[in-house]
Amino acid sequence: MSAPRTAGRTPPARTLPPPDAARTHPRPPRRRPASRRRGGAWWFTPWLYLLAPLALLVTFTWLPVVDMFSYSFTDWDGISPTRDWVGLSNYTDLFTRPQLFQVFWVSLFYLGASAVQICAALYFATVLSFDTRLRNLFKGLLFFPYLINGVAVGFVFLYFFQPGGTLDTVLHWFGAGRHLWLGNPHLVNTSLAGVSVWRFMGLNMVLFIGAIQSIPPQLYEAAALDGAGRWQQFRYVIAPSIRPIISLSVILAVSGSLSVFEIPFIMTGGSNNSETFVIQTIKLAFNFNKTGLASAAAVVLLLIVLLVTWLQRLLFPDERVEQS
Amino acid sequence: MRRTALAATGLVFALALSACGGGSGSGSSSDVVKVPTDPSKVSGTITVLTNRTDQVQDGTLKRYAAEFNTIYPHVTVKFQGLTDYEGDVKIRMNSKNYGDVLSIPNSVPLKQYPTFFAPLGTAADLSKTYDFTDHATVGSLVYGIANIGTANGFVYNKAVWQQAGVTTWPTTPQQFLDDLKAIKAKTGATPYYTNYHDGWPLTNWGNALGSPSCDPAANDKLAGTKEPWAQGQDLNVVDSLLYDTVHDKLSEADPNTTNWENSKVLLGTGKIATMWLGSWAVVQMQDAAKKARKNPDSIGFMPFPAQKDGHFCSVVRPDYQYAVNIHSKNKDAARAWLDWYINKSGDAQAALSISSVKGSPLPADLKPFQDAGVRLIHLTNDRTALVDEIDKASEIGINDQDYPQHIVDVARGAAGGDKDSVFKDLDKKWSDAQGTVG
Repeated sequence: MSAPRTAGRTPPARTLPPPDAARTHPRPPRRRPASRRRGGAWWFTPWLYLLAPLALLVTFTWLPVVDMFSYSFTDWDGISPTRDWVGLSNYTDLFTRPQLFQVFWVSLFYLGASAVQICAALYFATVLSFDTRLRNLFKGLLFFPYLINGVAVGFVFLYFFQPGGTLDTVLHWFGAGRHLWLGNPHLVNTSLAGVSVWRFMGLNMVLFIGAIQSIPPQLYEAAALDGAGRWQQFRYVIAPSIRPIISLSVILAVSGSLSVFEIPFIMTGGSNNSETFVIQTIKLAFNFNKTGLASAAAVVLLLIVLLVTWLQRLLFPDERVEQS
Repeated sequence: MRRTALAATGLVFALALSACGGGSGSGSSSDVVKVPTDPSKVSGTITVLTNRTDQVQDGTLKRYAAEFNTIYPHVTVKFQGLTDYEGDVKIRMNSKNYGDVLSIPNSVPLKQYPTFFAPLGTAADLSKTYDFTDHATVGSLVYGIANIGTANGFVYNKAVWQQAGVTTWPTTPQQFLDDLKAIKAKTGATPYYTNYHDGWPLTNWGNALGSPSCDPAANDKLAGTKEPWAQGQDLNVVDSLLYDTVHDKLSEADPNTTNWENSKVLLGTGKIATMWLGSWAVVQMQDAAKKARKNPDSIGFMPFPAQKDGHFCSVVRPDYQYAVNIHSKNKDAARAWLDWYINKSGDAQAALSISSVKGSPLPADLKPFQDAGVRLIHLTNDRTALVDEIDKASEIGINDQDYPQHIVDVARGAAGGDKDSVFKDLDKKWSDAQGTVG
């Protein structure tokens, strides 16, 4: 270990002298160009590279969020050039109207659907990680829905669920009667959540496949030698190895089901008992000109999502996965 | 620890920003923009925002601009067609850049007109020439002029109604329902189509206000009425008709998959018998019938089934009002276009609409109304601003789609409650909001 003369720097475990600018004795600057000197005029080089992404992040993510926070303390109607500071009254208004939170019952349908979605994704990911015939074709088929624009998905399923539409026709072959898939208030959320599963399952599956492929193959071999069947391999090798990805998926699923928007907004517009919290917020802001109250609602949703995520991390902490 | 510090900084930042948010008022609006007297002296480029993307695409507006240029040679007119007109323009109005001439979005409250639009003249002057100026009057100044007005009524397929043995317009809601029942029993047609899924066609039900009572002050009276949905009130009569129609299963089986474009074809070909819309819809239905090789003359238009002193009444409401941006650099040119478009372009006549220019003849599709002595009434607008405010505060939205959609939901048993509970709930919301708005 050759200790460098300038104390406090991390000593490189090499015999080369550190290219440090603070050397006491003069030396021709032959090895390193002056511009690479540490602590010199170019300390901001990394920041220069970060400038573009940071500018985008601040402009399109942070400033709007800050604006949203600030609107939530005003009575702004969304158009008027003036707005008055009203303190916390939007928040008191929000929390004294329990019916505004009733829409979270709808989220339960999507939460249930998320469970189905993750299980199905795990199943397909596992099956498709092993040697399955035409497995790339199946991967493509299952992932494809995620690539379709959400609006298109909404319209396609509008026809799919129409009375006498595709779904009814197919079910009719098996002797089932007609249903009002979107018209029946007890069925509508299940139908919509089903669309959500169809659309996002492929994404989960691809994430899982990626994680499963990072498992060393000798583990399966060892497990097989010990007499483990497919289910046991999944239960004791695959599932523990991809736990971080599963828990990430669960977090995304929970926050996703709290803030469902696209599919119900396009397909039903929130009518017929399918209104979600985000749709309700949009209506407050744009139909009733209560941008202040709607911003407060959005802030509350953000806090709820953060709280749920935190609780989840608290109850199921991430352990490091050892794969050897 | 670091995270909380960050959050705290964010919050402080937010407070600081909001503190400087208010107070940016608008310039003076006292100078009225008059129609230029010498067309050759008017120059500049103006941008017209329009919701008529169809007219932008088929070249109609370009043709208008060319005609306009024969009188005003030094003005260049550009058009911006916006598909989501309401949403886009509302957001653009936060800046100064929202065209020179635009249609006033419905979401702008009347009392804010002076902040955004240049005054076009005094109410006393303009109301001599144009109808509906009172819809855009703040103080004594007019901020917007409508091009057309539309009468409310049912668009119906005459052939289907005749097939069911109905040849005269029903005069009471009950008779209307009986007629629909006859249609259901005797023809294969759907007696009534709600267009529930698209939603906006349903908002026409809110426009029926004033038709049953034949009272021009119907809208103004809402400001002082504690229970607008009480028995005998207009909104009660109107919404009951919608409720009963759906409740008696006289409308389409699954309202959640309705389709506006398709509904035009269905009405044109007689698969649907009736829809509550405005006189503007007649042309579109006739078009659809023509395209489906059916007789366009079978499309008819009838007033709300209620009579006052032996007369039907139909409320005529203005369509979009055209205004000049207060920040426009070429206000004269903008005013010139607005004036020419409404008076000379012939757009109202081409669309078979009621022109807002006083003394214009009624369009052909309202001839039956004239023959039957239907009274066309214009609602007064003395307290519109207050009514709007109560409406927003109560979150009812008389002209929004959620309100009739909920009535349809309850009527078909998809949401809890019955007719009385819905009306009671609406009454309560309304009277509660009256207390909060001053």
